[in-house]
Amino acid sequence: MANPGGVLLVPIHEEDAAPPHGSPPSGPPPLPTKASRRFVMSSSPPSPTRSVAADAGTSGGTPAPLLSLRGISKSFGAVAALSGVDLDVSAGEVVALVGDNGAGKSTLVKTLSGVHPPDSGTITFESREVSVTSPAAAQQLGIATVFQDLALCENLNVIENLFLGRELRGLRLDDVTMEVRSRELLKQLSAKIPSVRVPIAGLSGGQRQTVAIARSLLGDPKVIILDEPTAALGVAQTAEVLNLIERLRERGHGVIMISHNMADVKAVADTVAVLRLGRNNGVFDAATTSAEELVAAITGATDNEVTRRALRSAGAAAVKTPAQPAGTTADKEGDADE
Amino acid sequence: MSDVDVRPPAAATGTAGAADEPSGVRGAFSALTARMRGGDLGVAPVVAGLIVIWTVMQILNPVFLSSDNLSNLTMEMVPVGVISLGVVFMLLVGQIDLSVGSLSGVSAAVTAVLFVDQGFNPWLAVLAAVALACLIGWVYAQVFNRFGVPSFVITLAGLLGFLGLQLHVLGAKGAINLPFDSKLVTFAQLDFVPPWLAYTLVVIAAAALYGTGQARASARRKAGLTATSQRMLVLRSVAVLAGLALAVWYLNRDRGVGWMFVFFLALVLVANYVLTRTKYGKAVYAVGGNVEAARRAGINVRTIYTSAFVICTTLAAIGGILAAARLAAANQSTGAGDVNLNAIAAAVIGGTSLFGGRGGAWASLLGILVIQSISNGLTLLNLDSSYRFMVTGVVLMLAVALDSVARRSRASAGRA
Ligand SMILES: Nc1ncnc2c1ncn2[C@@H]1O[C@H](COP(=O)(O)OP(=O)(O)O)[C@@H](O)[C@H]1O
Ligand SMILES: [Mg+2]
Repeated sequence: MANPGGVLLVPIHEEDAAPPHGSPPSGPPPLPTKASRRFVMSSSPPSPTRSVAADAGTSGGTPAPLLSLRGISKSFGAVAALSGVDLDVSAGEVVALVGDNGAGKSTLVKTLSGVHPPDSGTITFESREVSVTSPAAAQQLGIATVFQDLALCENLNVIENLFLGRELRGLRLDDVTMEVRSRELLKQLSAKIPSVRVPIAGLSGGQRQTVAIARSLLGDPKVIILDEPTAALGVAQTAEVLNLIERLRERGHGVIMISHNMADVKAVADTVAVLRLGRNNGVFDAATTSAEELVAAITGATDNEVTRRALRSAGAAAVKTPAQPAGTTADKEGDADE
Repeated sequence: MSDVDVRPPAAATGTAGAADEPSGVRGAFSALTARMRGGDLGVAPVVAGLIVIWTVMQILNPVFLSSDNLSNLTMEMVPVGVISLGVVFMLLVGQIDLSVGSLSGVSAAVTAVLFVDQGFNPWLAVLAAVALACLIGWVYAQVFNRFGVPSFVITLAGLLGFLGLQLHVLGAKGAINLPFDSKLVTFAQLDFVPPWLAYTLVVIAAAALYGTGQARASARRKAGLTATSQRMLVLRSVAVLAGLALAVWYLNRDRGVGWMFVFFLALVLVANYVLTRTKYGKAVYAVGGNVEAARRAGINVRTIYTSAFVICTTLAAIGGILAAARLAAANQSTGAGDVNLNAIAAAVIGGTSLFGGRGGAWASLLGILVIQSISNGLTLLNLDSSYRFMVTGVVLMLAVALDSVARRSRASAGRA
């Protein structure tokens, strides 16, 4: 396993000498290449010195995060899928969890949803240390997960899917109340579903995602985890789902969203947590960090095809005065220096 | 559940969708076409097919739609119809039972041996045979749940094994006659509903339909949802009243409506209620639609599979006993021949998907009506069973093709 710090310690790439690249014209202040490589942090377990939410500044700094992971490790045989990962989510905050394939995103989500309990590390939920030993325990706590495969029954309609396994009045279904609640819920989410009585088979990908998310809300969770909610969607449907995520934030839920799409991450996340090879590789403020920097953190280097391509397309805008990044970014540097 | 995060019903506005509960005749029609475009054909194809078959049969032989023949038809379709109702449950959870024929044969044989040879009370004999079938279904389910053997393999083994058991139980004679004056035989052959009671039942059915529809509509209106209009409710009940009364009147010109047919109808109605109006029913559809989703929703998937196996084998046993009662004998050919395939074909022709999760209790009644009409009509034309098999085969092929096309159309509708 590569040491993520290696990138920092051995900066041998020729681009180091080149002028730093800029961000897209309308973007936040440009950032030196070098700085982006220094978001190398805490594979050393307990360093919970700061609250992400406070830095993200969405609600003027909440005292303690809703959900805090510290030093989470998980191995599958010889494969260390997670080693010493930290993550914080506050109420009303959208945290994007990004990373390359195999970085451990799904595994981290599974530790939170009770699918694979972690080998070590602590999960603090609402200031209490908890153990999430089963999916039922996760739901009990108020952590709902919408997995990538959604798990909807195509042959059942929207109401039936929303209430599957928790129907009202089992021996004589109270479908009037279930329909009213379904409509209410979808309305609160401003969901565009043609009818709550159509089978899921008749809905688009975005509408299905909406139903899956609405379903997770029925248990009244505090934290909602979405695994690649936009991966299979077209442009319009993606926008629909992103709107929905914003609505979840407005409702005060903590949201963890796994995504591969930097545009989506930038569009909706408050905070971006990067995983690389099973370790934290930085926590960024979404508003002030460019997509290129995120990609750099994800891949662990600025020197690769992805960033080179980004640089090329950034074009002449790249030649700008380097500026000191603000917010989270600065804090990250501080952390990395520890 | 109390932790559902939404406002009480009174706050609902009912504006979330336009094409919801159809409120009038036109609304009902457009809802139906919308459903069918989405690949959910429901019972429309089988009803259409039935009309075609009856028309053709009537043209070929004017006796076909006579009171006498229809009265006979309603009786002879019951045994296989009951078996096919069990098959519907298996198909709904996405599994199949290929052994229903030989199970029905074993049950008939066990009943006959206990009743006739051992001198048991006939109901005790029936109960024992049904209990045996229950046990068999439970064992199937254990093999399925624990070892993950595909249901068609388990039940294929069962088909062979229970055919052997049937022959063994019947012994060297190979046939046991049931006394003609036993309740079992009269129930299946001679007991008809007295006309006054038949008409009363028709009125009760129509009133119940109106009453439940009315209660539902007012509950929906009170909750601010669209509801079936008063006119539509009245129209529907009057149509049912007139249709059933006409049928009863027509059948009563001959022997009338058999109790055995009423029994089948009652089973279908109960099964329909269980499948559509209970939490268990939703679980059955969920397991057939997406097992993983059902499991994650907290449904005990194994229990659902077990229940489907047990319901199927139990109904197969009841069907077999009715077949023997109708014949006044349990013999080596009870449940043999085309019984097995007709029971499965009826469920599929009636609109139950072989892919799981789609269909319903009515499929068994409509499907067996199609199969029995073909069989009956061709017999009236003095055509032997070779034609019957071929025609039924073609109809089954059409039904399966329709099921597959509907599935494809659903898939493409989903991409919309
Ligand atoms: N159930 C499992 N058994 C063995 N290895 C696993 C299992 N789940 C994940 N892994 C391994 O853990 C690492 C992280 O995987 P994952 O969390 O799926 O990454 P991501 O979702 O970020 O793409 C990968 O190397 C993967 O092969
Ligand atoms: Mg993954």
